[in-house]
Amino acid sequence: MMITGAEIVIRCLQEEKVEHVFGYPGGSVLHIYDEFFKQDQVKHILVRHEQAAVHAADAYSRSSQKVGVALVTSGPGVTNAVTGIATAYSDSVPLVVLCGQVPTHYIGQDAFQECDTVGITRPCVKHNFLVKDVKDLAVTLKKAFHIATTGRPGPVVVDIPKDITANKCEFDYPKAVQMRSYNPVVKGHLGQIKKAVQLLQEAKRPIIYTGGGVILSDAAEKLTQLARRLGFPVTNTLMGLGGYPATDRQNVGMLGMHGTYEANMSMHYADLILAIGARFDDRVIGNPEHFGEEQRKIIHIDIDPSSISKRVKVDVPIVGNVPDVLDEMLKLLDEGFKADAGLADWWKQIDDWRGRDSLRYKQSDLIMPQFVVEKLYEVTGGEAFITSDVGQHQMFAAQYYKFDKPRRWINSGGLGTMGVGLPYAMGVRFANPEAPVACITGEGSIQMCIQEMSTCKQFELPVKIINLNNGMLGMVRQWQEMFYSKRYSQSYVTSLPDFVKLAESYGHVGMKIEKPEDVEPALRKAFTEYKDRLVFMDFIIDPTANVFPMVAAGKGLTEMILAEDL
Amino acid sequence: MRHIISILLENEAGALSRVAGLFSARGYNIETLTVAPTEDASLSRMTIVTRGSDEVLEQITKQLNKLVDVVKVVDLSEAAHVERELMLIKVRATGKDREEMKRMADIFRGRIIDVTESTYVIELTGTSAKLDSFINALDAGLILETVRTGVSGIGRGDRILKV
Repeated sequence: MMITGAEIVIRCLQEEKVEHVFGYPGGSVLHIYDEFFKQDQVKHILVRHEQAAVHAADAYSRSSQKVGVALVTSGPGVTNAVTGIATAYSDSVPLVVLCGQVPTHYIGQDAFQECDTVGITRPCVKHNFLVKDVKDLAVTLKKAFHIATTGRPGPVVVDIPKDITANKCEFDYPKAVQMRSYNPVVKGHLGQIKKAVQLLQEAKRPIIYTGGGVILSDAAEKLTQLARRLGFPVTNTLMGLGGYPATDRQNVGMLGMHGTYEANMSMHYADLILAIGARFDDRVIGNPEHFGEEQRKIIHIDIDPSSISKRVKVDVPIVGNVPDVLDEMLKLLDEGFKADAGLADWWKQIDDWRGRDSLRYKQSDLIMPQFVVEKLYEVTGGEAFITSDVGQHQMFAAQYYKFDKPRRWINSGGLGTMGVGLPYAMGVRFANPEAPVACITGEGSIQMCIQEMSTCKQFELPVKIINLNNGMLGMVRQWQEMFYSKRYSQSYVTSLPDFVKLAESYGHVGMKIEKPEDVEPALRKAFTEYKDRLVFMDFIIDPTANVFPMVAAGKGLTEMILAEDL
Repeated sequence: MRHIISILLENEAGALSRVAGLFSARGYNIETLTVAPTEDASLSRMTIVTRGSDEVLEQITKQLNKLVDVVKVVDLSEAAHVERELMLIKVRATGKDREEMKRMADIFRGRIIDVTESTYVIELTGTSAKLDSFINALDAGLILETVRTGVSGIGRGDRILKV
C-alpha cells in the first residue's frame, strides 16, 4: 500500500521503538504533525523553543540508553535547534533531528522559512541528509538511526522537504543497512591490548583516567571490575562522573581545571595513564607542554581513532568499543597479579595529597553554594538525576554531588551551553518517569531557557530547580576578579525577576531561601511535601564564593590555585 | 612537509563541502584540490595537496576517515607515486615574441591549442614544479591568463586505491 512521506516518518519512528519526540510544529512539518495526531504510540512533547526540544532529546538519551529524537520546522526552527545539535555533538550524544524543509522545487529560491539546513548543521553533526525522493525516506531514516548510535555516537540531521512528506510510496523499513563508507571499529586490536596489560602489570605509579566514553558505551560496570582488580586510583573527567563510584576509596575525584588536588597531582606524576573514553582536552590537562614534561606511558582506549594522539602522544593506542576492550584486558591479566602489591608508596603519596582536602570551603553567614549541593546530596541520598547549566554552579555540582552511578550527571561539558539545565531535566524525567530530578543552575543560565517552565506545567514534570542565585554571572565574575583586576564588566545581572512569583505564575511552587539553616528543611520539603510539583528553589548565596581548586587557562595541572592559598 | 592525499568518496551532493569544510574548520591548509567521478559513477576521487607536520597529517587522515561519505583515504606521498597537473596559459604572441613563445612551448613539451593573431593558449602537463618553472621562464608581461587544475596523483605499480 502506498503511504505518504509523513506516514513513513511516523512508521519509521515506531519501527525504531521511539517513545518520545520533542518538537515544535510549523509550516513545513504540518503533514508530519497531522500523522502524530492520528496515532498515540509515539508521544510528542511540545516544548516552547526548538533549542529546548533538542536539549530535552539530548538529556533523554544521556540519562537512558535510548536515542533522542527531535522534530523542528524549517528555517528558524532549524537555526534555533542548532545550539542543541552542537551541544549534543560536542558530547557525542546519539540524536536524530528531523527538520522540515521548504518543498524541493522551492529550495534555493529564498522561500519563506527556508535555510540551508544541511550547510548550517554540517560542522556540528555526525552526518546529515537532505531527502530528495520519498522512496529514499525510510532507508535514510534507518541510516540516520544507525549512524547516530554506532561508533562514536552523535547527532544526525535529516532534512525533509514538505512535498516529500506529501508524496506517496510503498513503505519498506530495512532491518539493517550496509554502508561501504561507514564501518566503525568495534573490537580492539588484541596485540595492542596485550601490550597494554603488560604495562598495567609493571606500573609503579598508575592512574586510570576515564571520560564520557565510559558512560556512553555503558562500560561503568566493566571499568569498576577492572579498576578493583588492578587496585589503581581512578579519576573521572566532568563528562565521566559516575563511570566509577565517587564514594569509592580508589576514586581520587574529578580532574582538570576544577579538579581535586589529588586527582591532578596523581594524573601529572603518574608513570602510566590508562585513558578510557577521554580526550585529554584543554580543560583536563591544562597546558599540554607542561603536561608533557613528565616521563610517562599512556594507553588510550577510544572508539574514535581521531581522539587518540590528538593532543598528547600515546604509546599504546587501542581503537575499539570500551566495554569490549576492558573485557579483553580482564581476561588477559595474569592470575597471579595482585592489586596493590607494588603500589603502597604510590597510595601513600596520593593519600598525602588527599590530606590537603582541596574541596574544603569556609562557611559564612550567607548560604554557600557548595553547602547547598552537599545538602542536596544528603537529602536525595545521592540517588537523584542531576542536570546543570554552565558556570560556577556546574562545577560545584560536579565537585560536591557524589555520583556513584553512570548517566545520573547530565551537563554540557564540551560546548558549555548555558540554558541546558531545565530542558535537560525535562528530557531526563521523560526517560526516567519515577526518578527524582534536580536542575542545579544559576540566575544567569536559568533565564536562557526559562520558558520551559511552561512545558513542565503542561506535562506535570516535578523537577526541582536549585537556583544558586548570586546576582552575578559567577564564573565570568570569578575570572574578572582573578585575571582582570576586578573589572566586573557586564557580569552583574540586574533587574532579576522575582523567581518565586515567576514560578507561581507558571503554576509551580516557588521558594526563596536566604539563610544557611533553612537550606536543608527547604530541600526536604521540596522532595517530600512537593514531591509531585515543580519547585523553583531560589537560594540567595554568598556572591563572593569562587570555585577552587583552579588551574588557570594555559597553566599546568600542578599549578593549581587552592582556596587555602588565598 | 608537502603531502598528496587521495580520497575516494561517495559521489553525492555535499560530499565535497564536507571535505572542504573539515579543512577550514580545523585550520588545515589546502594547496590544491581536484575532484571528479571515477569509472564507477557512484564514487568520486579527490586529490588534495596539503602541508603539515606528521601529527597534523595523522589527524587529517583520521578526520577524513571519520566523514561518513569518505570511503578510503591514502597519503600518496608515503610511497612511490606519480603526480601531474595540467595548466592552460594564454600568452601574448606578437612580433618576435610569437616565435619565442613557440620555442618555449616546445622546450617544455607544451602544446599550443589555440592560436589568434596576437595570442597563443599553451597546454602544459607535469609536476607542479615544472609548471612553476615554465611560468618563471616566460616574460611576466606576456602572460595574459593562467588556469591550473591542481595536482592529480596515483600510486606506482601495485599500489591501487579502489573499493
